[in-house]
Amino acid sequence: MGRYVVRRLLQMVPVFIGTTFLIFVMVHALGDPVNALFGDRAPDPAVAAQIRAQYNLDDPLWLQYVKYMGRLFRWDFGTTFSGQSVTSLLATAFPTTLRLTAVAFVIEVVLGIALGLLSGLRRGALADSGVLVLTLVVISVPTFVTGYVLQYLVGVKWGVVPATVGDQLTLDRLILPGIVLASVSLAYVARLTRTTVAENARADYVRTAVAKGLPRGRVVVNHLLRNSLIPVVTFLGTDLGALMGGALVTERIFNIHGVGYYLYQGIVRQSTSTVVGFVTILVIIYLAANLLVDLLYAVLDPRIRYA
Amino acid sequence: MPDQEKYHEADPLAEAGTEELELQSAVENRTFDLGTMEAQSVLKNERQQDGPGTPGADDRMAARSLWQDAWYDLRRNPVFIVSGLLILFLIVTALWPGLLTSTDPLRCDLSRSQQSATAGHPFGFDNQGCDVYARTVYGARASITVGVCATAGAALVGTLLGGVAGYAGGWFDSVVSRLADVFFGIPILLGGLVFLSVVPSQSIWIVVAFIVVLGWPQIARISRGSVITVKQQDYVTAARALGAGGVRTLLRHILPNAVAPIIVVATIALGTYIALEATLSFLGVGLKPPTVSWGIDISSASDSFRNAPHMLLYPAGALSITVLAFIMLGDAVRDALDPKLR
Amino acid sequence: MATSVSSRQTDPRAAESGPVDAPLLRVRDLHVEFRTRDGVARAVNGVGFSVRAGETLAVLGESGSGKSVTAQAVMGILDSPPGFVTGGEILFKGRDLLKMGSDERRKIRGSQLAMIFQDALSALNPVHSVGWQLGEMFRVHRGASRKEARARAVELMERVRIPAAKERVNDYPHQFSGGMRQRIMIAMALALEPDLIIADEPTTALDVTVQAQVMELLAELQAEYRMGLILITHDLGVVADVADKIAVMYAGRIVETAPVHELYARPAHPYTRGLLDSIPRLDQKGQELYAIKGLPPNLLRIPAGCAFNPRCPMAQQICRQEVPRLFSVTEEDGSAVAGRGSACFFWRETLRG
Repeated sequence: MGRYVVRRLLQMVPVFIGTTFLIFVMVHALGDPVNALFGDRAPDPAVAAQIRAQYNLDDPLWLQYVKYMGRLFRWDFGTTFSGQSVTSLLATAFPTTLRLTAVAFVIEVVLGIALGLLSGLRRGALADSGVLVLTLVVISVPTFVTGYVLQYLVGVKWGVVPATVGDQLTLDRLILPGIVLASVSLAYVARLTRTTVAENARADYVRTAVAKGLPRGRVVVNHLLRNSLIPVVTFLGTDLGALMGGALVTERIFNIHGVGYYLYQGIVRQSTSTVVGFVTILVIIYLAANLLVDLLYAVLDPRIRYA
Repeated sequence: MPDQEKYHEADPLAEAGTEELELQSAVENRTFDLGTMEAQSVLKNERQQDGPGTPGADDRMAARSLWQDAWYDLRRNPVFIVSGLLILFLIVTALWPGLLTSTDPLRCDLSRSQQSATAGHPFGFDNQGCDVYARTVYGARASITVGVCATAGAALVGTLLGGVAGYAGGWFDSVVSRLADVFFGIPILLGGLVFLSVVPSQSIWIVVAFIVVLGWPQIARISRGSVITVKQQDYVTAARALGAGGVRTLLRHILPNAVAPIIVVATIALGTYIALEATLSFLGVGLKPPTVSWGIDISSASDSFRNAPHMLLYPAGALSITVLAFIMLGDAVRDALDPKLR
Repeated sequence: MATSVSSRQTDPRAAESGPVDAPLLRVRDLHVEFRTRDGVARAVNGVGFSVRAGETLAVLGESGSGKSVTAQAVMGILDSPPGFVTGGEILFKGRDLLKMGSDERRKIRGSQLAMIFQDALSALNPVHSVGWQLGEMFRVHRGASRKEARARAVELMERVRIPAAKERVNDYPHQFSGGMRQRIMIAMALALEPDLIIADEPTTALDVTVQAQVMELLAELQAEYRMGLILITHDLGVVADVADKIAVMYAGRIVETAPVHELYARPAHPYTRGLLDSIPRLDQKGQELYAIKGLPPNLLRIPAGCAFNPRCPMAQQICRQEVPRLFSVTEEDGSAVAGRGSACFFWRETLRG
């Protein structure tokens, strides 16, 4: 187990460096932040030079990256050009997005696994075909379309829940954006669960469990589902990246001031430190989730643990 | 008696199953999306097929019968026929939009802004007073172009890099695999937002290039995996033993048999790339006017959705049906290529 | 009259003329079919047999002969769909299992009627420790606490002679050798001291040396608990040492039943004879080995008449027209041989020829 963890951690290092560097290069190499700061006005050369020095913009790119990462490890993400510290922006934005993601994640896990289990156990039945068609449609209709349509129907026309969220992050306001954000992932989870459940239902150990005289519920939960969830958990972990990406869209539809909102603002104003800071954090979360999944995988599947 | 069995605990065969598992990591094995999920099932079943009782070791015969059987199945699959015809129709629309409408999507009349359907304009007008029907028809071109070109690019790069990595192994494999990890470390929508917002030009080819850059690792992983699987099969060893050279083995024996899962992922990826392009355009970083794109139209229609839902619903419907058609096609192809389901 | 006899192929009296005490398990005229896309495969067509406490019945047959399906039908673990029991009765301690409610039947499974599977690696759940899987029997059927269940699991592992049971109780199936895993399988079947165990090819997946050990252990435990044992196998060598009586199956029917030594000495069915002749023997070294020609029948299209007729060296016109019932086999003087039956019109010729 220890060896496994260490190996995964070591493999994560080059990926982390590579990914953050890639983002850093994308943002820095392709736009001039100082010019962007001044917008249409021609920048005063002296001021421009001062800003360049302050943000290490004259150093070669790799040195800028190293310096940036150095500050990052001291939890200093720099300041936006308007003087606000990126850390404080992060502090406002992340709890919001985290809440939204958490709501979506719960919906995704509970509904996705339930639907997948239902359809996997009744393969070929009406419920199964229903789930298959439904998930296919959900996957095919882009999130922003689902978002607007649901917002209009549920929020405006029927008035079941508030149509926009704004700054009030109550559960009843977050439930609709949560469903929209979760929808595509939910469909994947349902399909994946269905496949593995249907596959494992014919496994010898499930037959053994039946032959042991276990009640059906116990066979399904402790033997069938327990084994089928291993790939599902893997998917859920890696799907966190997709959820955070999707949050950009969902937050825009429902007017939620989370990561997507600030990131979008940063991009529009070409605020490099905001963009790099936010994206780096998102990538770190994504990689951390992957690592967590690897460890969880080892917990769930003992054949990995003792390898 | 127990002592005698100690010997078997040291038996290398007893551990054979776990050795393979040791190489697995959740992240290396992860199923990212529908395409990967489907392809892995094809792969897994190919592996299972390699058991005893599989008749015929001649790879060319096996390959031919696999494709022939698949084609036989597909021709009888209503899902395949429907999605195939739909895609054919979409391609024709993308190539010759003039066949379906004589209205210019860019000739707009502000006085007709947001008007609903009238004679000759079945889908009504958008904010600028452009004909929604014409824009929906012409929007197919951008989506299909991005989808087809990005998939072709990603499939080419991914198959080549992944295939060679899987075949050659060693340092090249390590470099490609880590590189794929790095690109995978960036959630695709996030990467798109950052990358496309700093690139000054908003031509369709920039979007294609971006999707290729972030999309190839998915195909590379599948292609690497299937090449490794096929490489270990008996008929490849036999070909080598008979003196077939490296390139010949790769082209004649490995590639034809490794290509099935790649086709499945690529088809489904095509659908998701179209959705991705629309999402990026919706966020304002993908295609830009005057390019006619469903994503742009949906984005500009979203503000007045409550007053004039037709502006959003028609391009959104076209987009959804297009994505659905490609995903359904991939599903059908997967079913046909999956030996276990037959 | 003739048709009713041929459809009810098994005459229970032919196989059943020993002591009068009631058998533990009596299967009568069992029919199982699989409804597949390609048609209905009739896997079991009127099988009947009985097992008493302490007795071992070996069911012998090639793959596809219906022996495993019979076992699954008795256990009630048939995959359904596509498998359906379409007729017959399975009397366990005098009660018909097929007429019981599913919950009642479940409670009998595992506690009174247990099964040992062929491939212990796939039959044990890979993600639970062996101790947990053994203990589950006590927790579900006996309501034992976790701690208690664990202690009983260790006892069981010691009972099947797994070394260092206490240390290994938390290990997972893949950490054991093949022979040890099969012992755990046996321990699981034994856990609640059932009255009858069905062992489906329990040693096929094992090395030859380990096979003997596992069979020995099984026989020993059976004698100790005085359990009935149904041993399903295709291996004539395994049967000879442990079984009391044998039922040979072909194409979903029992074609011959006999006490074990009788069967080896004087087979009364051409199929059994063919099986015995195809065992390599030292005294026939250098001669060509006998093999039954042809292939086992496709269950979707079982030949008319005796299913074995296309492969049978003795087949006559009647074999292609009429299904032979299980005839009682008698000595030349007409005296019955206990428990012998043969579903061959020419059993006399086969017995003596």
